[in-house]
Amino acid sequence: MSVTAADDQLTIFERSKPGRRAFVAPEADVPERSPAELLPAELIRTEEPRLPEISEPELVRHFNRLSKRNFDLDTGFYPLGSCTMKHNPKLHERIAALPGNAALHPLQDPRHAQGALELMWRLQDALGEIAGLPHVSLQPSAGSHGELAGVLLTRAFHEDRGEHRTKVLTPDTAHGTNPATVTMAGYEVVKVGTDARGNVDLDDLRAKADTDVACLMLTNPSTVGLFEPGIEQIATIVHDVGATLYYDGANLNAIMGLCRPGDMGFDIVHFNLHKTFTQPHGGGGPGAGPIAVSDRIEPFLPRPQIVRRGAANGNGGEPFFDLDYDRPKSIGRLRGFQGNYGVFVRSYAYIRSLGAEGLREVSEVAVLNANYLLAKLRQEGVLEYLPAAFERLCMHEFVLSGAPMKRELGIRTLDLAKRLLDFGVHPPTVYFPLIVDEALLIEPTETETKETLDHFAETVAAILREAREDPEVARGAPYTTPVRRLDEAGAARRPVIRQPL
Amino acid sequence: MSGYTSATGEDRREMLATIGVASIEELFADIPEGMRLGRALALDAGRSEQEVFEELRALAARNMSTEDEISFLGGGMYDHYIPAAVDSIISRSEFLTPYTPYQPEISQGGLQAMFEYQTAISELTGLPVSNASVYEGPSAVAAAGYVAKLTNGRGRFVVSRGVHPHAREALGTLARGWEMDVVEAPLRDGVTELPALDADVSAVIVQQPNFLGAIEDVPALAQAAHDAGALAICSCDPHSLALLKPPGACGIDLAVGEGQPLGNRLDFGGPSFGFFAASEELLRRMPGRIAGETRDADGKRGFVLTLQTREQHIRRERATSNICTAQALNALAGVIYLSWLGRRGFVELATLMLQRAAYARERLTALEGVELLHGQPVFREFAVRLEAPVDRVIARCRERGVNPGVALGRDYPEHSDGLLVAITERRTRADIDRLADALGAALEAERPAYHEVTA
Repeated sequence: MSVTAADDQLTIFERSKPGRRAFVAPEADVPERSPAELLPAELIRTEEPRLPEISEPELVRHFNRLSKRNFDLDTGFYPLGSCTMKHNPKLHERIAALPGNAALHPLQDPRHAQGALELMWRLQDALGEIAGLPHVSLQPSAGSHGELAGVLLTRAFHEDRGEHRTKVLTPDTAHGTNPATVTMAGYEVVKVGTDARGNVDLDDLRAKADTDVACLMLTNPSTVGLFEPGIEQIATIVHDVGATLYYDGANLNAIMGLCRPGDMGFDIVHFNLHKTFTQPHGGGGPGAGPIAVSDRIEPFLPRPQIVRRGAANGNGGEPFFDLDYDRPKSIGRLRGFQGNYGVFVRSYAYIRSLGAEGLREVSEVAVLNANYLLAKLRQEGVLEYLPAAFERLCMHEFVLSGAPMKRELGIRTLDLAKRLLDFGVHPPTVYFPLIVDEALLIEPTETETKETLDHFAETVAAILREAREDPEVARGAPYTTPVRRLDEAGAARRPVIRQPL
Repeated sequence: MSGYTSATGEDRREMLATIGVASIEELFADIPEGMRLGRALALDAGRSEQEVFEELRALAARNMSTEDEISFLGGGMYDHYIPAAVDSIISRSEFLTPYTPYQPEISQGGLQAMFEYQTAISELTGLPVSNASVYEGPSAVAAAGYVAKLTNGRGRFVVSRGVHPHAREALGTLARGWEMDVVEAPLRDGVTELPALDADVSAVIVQQPNFLGAIEDVPALAQAAHDAGALAICSCDPHSLALLKPPGACGIDLAVGEGQPLGNRLDFGGPSFGFFAASEELLRRMPGRIAGETRDADGKRGFVLTLQTREQHIRRERATSNICTAQALNALAGVIYLSWLGRRGFVELATLMLQRAAYARERLTALEGVELLHGQPVFREFAVRLEAPVDRVIARCRERGVNPGVALGRDYPEHSDGLLVAITERRTRADIDRLADALGAALEAERPAYHEVTA
């Protein structure tokens, strides 16, 4: 498909011109032997990859212009439920850029990477304390990678006891990564229902929890933003059939310093360092998904583990931080090297900046902000058309249903989201969780001011009033963004996923 | 109150009043009493920005980076020169801080960058289809294995011993969950020797160049896979794709690799990105985000995440992968880097590395006590055998400010005398000469002790 593009929208390939270049090669200080002399003839590439040909000024302009077609967190509010879009402290970039961090090779001798290994060890310690589970692996690269680790650990745990189980339970409100992970780990997904109060249906859980169940994957608070008051009973039901209890840490922002998954009976917890612990989202990563586990799961943790060896190891009295590969029951590796160290640096700096009290304050204000926004939306009359799915105090996020809005005003949650774009606000998460019709999941986080929340509530109210007058406006939105509403169906029907050259 | 939250006492009073509760404590009423932590977290108190900076700087100072020594460490991640343009562009708020582009109308910058990245990877690999990144190299190999499993449902992987040890291990970890076997094909004189393949082989997995630096006959290996009805998977050094026949022209179905060498920091092993490219038929089984071109309501060009029905947020338990957050910012660094090098520059840089590696190989093997570990052609990394204990030689070289490379013995016990030496454009002729001097001196210093022991 050839789409005419304004100069503004040219790809870097379209801006290229033969002969242009940004790179100047360093001096050729060794004999200039040709590839033909050094490589097998039949394996020499005959056609160069058609990379762009562009000078530095044009390169910089191209990407700068692209950047201005992005909304971002440093610029505006992102109340994306389940994503915890909190401020990314600027200090962290300075620390991550220190050569001792940025230019450290992963295969450097541990004796010469003590700063890095100690940082990782201390981060593990802090995460273990926050989770209430002492044994931590920093290896997984993202939340869903942590989930995969958790389910593989569960498998290893059962096999070590001579058991072969085939099912994993997830609530019907679960984030999509949970069931996807279950399949990737070779298990069958069984869904557990949610009751009218928005909590796990304990009767349904009891009916489905049998000795063929390996694990229940849960988050608490749930993806509808509610704490599970029956969590102790849930843990009992699951443990009674010998299954493990897995905590999806996506919603950890609600409970830090107040309660801990380990104390609730969870065996395995993953953290999203790009959510609760401020790693910038980068437009889709990088992140990190460390896990914390109980004593009975510890032997199976990925390899290598970061350990602290004491003075007995002949290190002159100083503790020595090391990579431990001697783990006979380990599930092995999930990826190369030690994990996303650059992310660990930022998260550790955050924990050191806030400390015990600061982290508790994070959760208190996150929950305060969410409840305030819900109350403010009610005050603005928004909840008449977008009622809260569950009429109770929420935790750090809450879900509204756009079904009445659709019926009475003729605009859907999608249309509301697109119209919000015209007002300089990133919409909340839409159409998740699945159990709520026309869902709108809202998580303000603790780093937003009361004024920002007020403005958001007023904006939503204004859009609803506008829809009452003329629903076509929202249906055709957005109008003021770099592009108007995009044809996603067309993109999937005839995918064009690279520039033809 | 930290510097990152803004709820003053007055704010809190007003907000609590609007909510209709008397205290923040009431908002946590759902947490049962018995479940409360009931004490402060056992963490130190928070510190000022300045104090945190000093503490983290002191920690970083205890790491010996590639700024502190002349490093020939490789093994999948390399000390390349990263152009200033990469740092300056990826530190922009508009690239650093947005979320995954679920609302494409306000994410055209990121989505177009993904499209350009996908194009660049497709060009490098010679395969038509690329995704917008996966986590890194070794897990990309495992993810490619998953595509093979979904495609043909067979029971076994045959993976070359020349594939990165971490990739082999990650594949094994995941394959256990799929109840699939992983069989290793040995190396003979540094290159893969495939066993006979039967109809239960799902995929053959090789690396180019392999972990010992040897250039493999990828077309022959791919052919053998296809003859058995298996998929052919290749993990590639991205810079090698400037000079070597790309996987797409060698019959490879899935090409993956570690993206760190393309404009990304070493960062003690991460974050980086994995690239992932495939033949057309495998498009709908690809993991990860894919950006696609389309039009908007006014007919203007735009980009969206596409083929989302493969993905976890739509397809859930029937998704092709569970990947959600990937490595968008690192992939962006990759496409900026490749654009900065450009069509000619990419080839020039690779050629320089090839020439420097050839020079290094000659200088080192001219030393007494150093032999090539294998005689295969190499690109930018090669393995030698040392007549003295490798760890001791490394220690002596480091006293002279040179880190000569990776000791092969732990991952390849059959090569306990092996050293893997990596070359990048940052290792000048002078650096290589210093390496030769340091290595020569180290071997000589070890010589009397060595002969004493064996005499």
